[in-house]
Amino acid sequence: MKLGSYILKRSLLMLLVMFGVLAIVFAIVHVIPADPVGALLGGNAPPDVVERMKEQLGLNKPLFDQFVDYVWGVIHGNLGNSIQSGRQVIQDIAEYFPVTLQLAIASIIISIFLGIFLGIFSAIYRNRWIDHFSRIFSILGVSMPVFWTGLILLLVFYYILGWLPGTGQLSLFVIPPEKITGMILVDSLLDGNWEAFWDGLRHLILPATVLGYAATASIARITRASMLDVLNQDYIRTAKAKGMPKRIVIYRHALKNALIPVITIIGLTFGGLLEGAVLTETVFGLPGLGRYIVNALLVLDYPAIMGGTLFIALVYSLVNLSVDLIYAVIDPRMRV
Amino acid sequence: MKDAILTVKNLKVVFHTYRGTVHALDRINFTVLKNERFGIIGETGCGKSVTSLAIMRLIEQPGEIVEGEIVFDGKDLVKTQESILNTIRGREISMIFQEPLSSLNPVMKVGFQIGESIAKIKNTSIKSCRQEVFEALKAVDLDPTRVSNLYPHELSGGMAQRIMIAMALSSNPKLLIADEPTSALDVTIQAQIMNLLDDLVSKMNNTVILITHDLGVAAQFCDKIMIMYAGTVVEQAKTEELFDNPLHPYTKGLLKAIPKVGNRDKLTGIPGSVPDLVNPPSGCRFHPRCPYAMKICSVEKPPLTEMNPGHLVACHLYGDKNG
Repeated sequence: MKLGSYILKRSLLMLLVMFGVLAIVFAIVHVIPADPVGALLGGNAPPDVVERMKEQLGLNKPLFDQFVDYVWGVIHGNLGNSIQSGRQVIQDIAEYFPVTLQLAIASIIISIFLGIFLGIFSAIYRNRWIDHFSRIFSILGVSMPVFWTGLILLLVFYYILGWLPGTGQLSLFVIPPEKITGMILVDSLLDGNWEAFWDGLRHLILPATVLGYAATASIARITRASMLDVLNQDYIRTAKAKGMPKRIVIYRHALKNALIPVITIIGLTFGGLLEGAVLTETVFGLPGLGRYIVNALLVLDYPAIMGGTLFIALVYSLVNLSVDLIYAVIDPRMRV
Repeated sequence: MKDAILTVKNLKVVFHTYRGTVHALDRINFTVLKNERFGIIGETGCGKSVTSLAIMRLIEQPGEIVEGEIVFDGKDLVKTQESILNTIRGREISMIFQEPLSSLNPVMKVGFQIGESIAKIKNTSIKSCRQEVFEALKAVDLDPTRVSNLYPHELSGGMAQRIMIAMALSSNPKLLIADEPTSALDVTIQAQIMNLLDDLVSKMNNTVILITHDLGVAAQFCDKIMIMYAGTVVEQAKTEELFDNPLHPYTKGLLKAIPKVGNRDKLTGIPGSVPDLVNPPSGCRFHPRCPYAMKICSVEKPPLTEMNPGHLVACHLYGDKNG
């Protein structure tokens, strides 16, 4: 079918992109004037230990050979071993990524919900107080740094009011669910562990709100602009002339058309969230992918840096691929 | 004498723009009789479309109906609530628009869009109206099974306009407003669409208001024609009377501007151009372009008066006859 060949074509293109990313990341990591062995062993390690370490890590080979080795490994699903943890990088990612994924999904849900509704109301009540309120509210969201909003929310809801837990994914004495996907909420649902689900949800509220709120503005602004544009189209006049009530004109006739550009923004935002929001993860003590990569950078953990970056590029490309597929579902003109 | 189905009295519509208030309609009056085919003719920007949108009560910000009445079937639509208007729109008054392709929603199948209209009138679900949708498509000479599954971007302009007609007539409305239904189409398709409209309307006996700037189309289709100029009604008469005996200088000018086969004389236009409706000319809005303008023309707005039975004109040239 047409759609099948489209996906195939896009996937092949994605392979090319991935190879490009791989080459660039490899190059950047290896031109940094820094010594991972030194970072690992400390500055005063005896030369023979250093040499042995280099050989063990394959760092004594010519750069091109190292690259070929790496690509060969990646093709076989091996991103190498993390210098810091000694484990397979892919295992590390499998452990850290679900935390980020869960946070990203919760945040994007919040920002889609807030953004689209604020945008619609802004457009319908253009230049009235609802419009101004939504503009100020959403611009505030992007303007305030997440570590600041995060700390303020922690101060209010954890320290002063005590309504929500502070940091981490689960409280100390809650039995974590059996690990299936790695996402606490999903696992505890699958496990039927309601206590962990409720506790995990309470831990997720603040970080997801902080991240989701920050991402709301762009979605709200694009929804508003797109909705205003659509409401001026001839087919909206036709719908009104057919006697369709306002609610149906807006949610059935206008929204589906207005969402097309909004989906692009949602996709980009979601891709950004999946890279791991280092600041939010740090403030709320979440062991997410963002923190993993930043830690890897600090100790020059080459395999972890490359593996993590490659993984993020893959995720980003997949998100964009699904955005393009969603387009085709929503807009019949894209299916040609 | 037949009953009136639509009476427009002193209708005044303005648009508030950054440049100032646009006086789009200046207290216009007309009556459309039951089963009549009423033509509204005028050049771009004379208020034809605004009139039709006002009847549908689809004038929106920054536009506004500031005074007047639109009496349809005994109800004044200007004073009618939005919820009641929604039961009149599409059911008792339907409309066909100028740009058929952009008037259909691009993300919905054609069948769904027709079904939506029918379902609303019958108060049922859209799915259960499949049969009626097929009949509506058959009535406009389209292949129902194929066309109902198409999206608007897969249609030609002519097909799209047929679908708009199917949609508008699916409720068998008392009044059909066709706002330049053929302006965006090729000439051959124009003829097809006008013939189709003619057939369907004759069968169903709907009253029609046809808005056009094409005198030829109006002459073929309409029983009565009203000529508008810069937001005012200048003349109204039975079609034959209007073409045989035009009274208003503007109407005369329009008729002279039609090319005729075999006539090799140079075509004459009307000198000057359409006035700016932010600052419309005083008195008769046509006076700056009128070859017969008198002193009074720039001072006083001429009233619409009946010269011959059924032939109304708003011009000071005929003033003394009626006092």
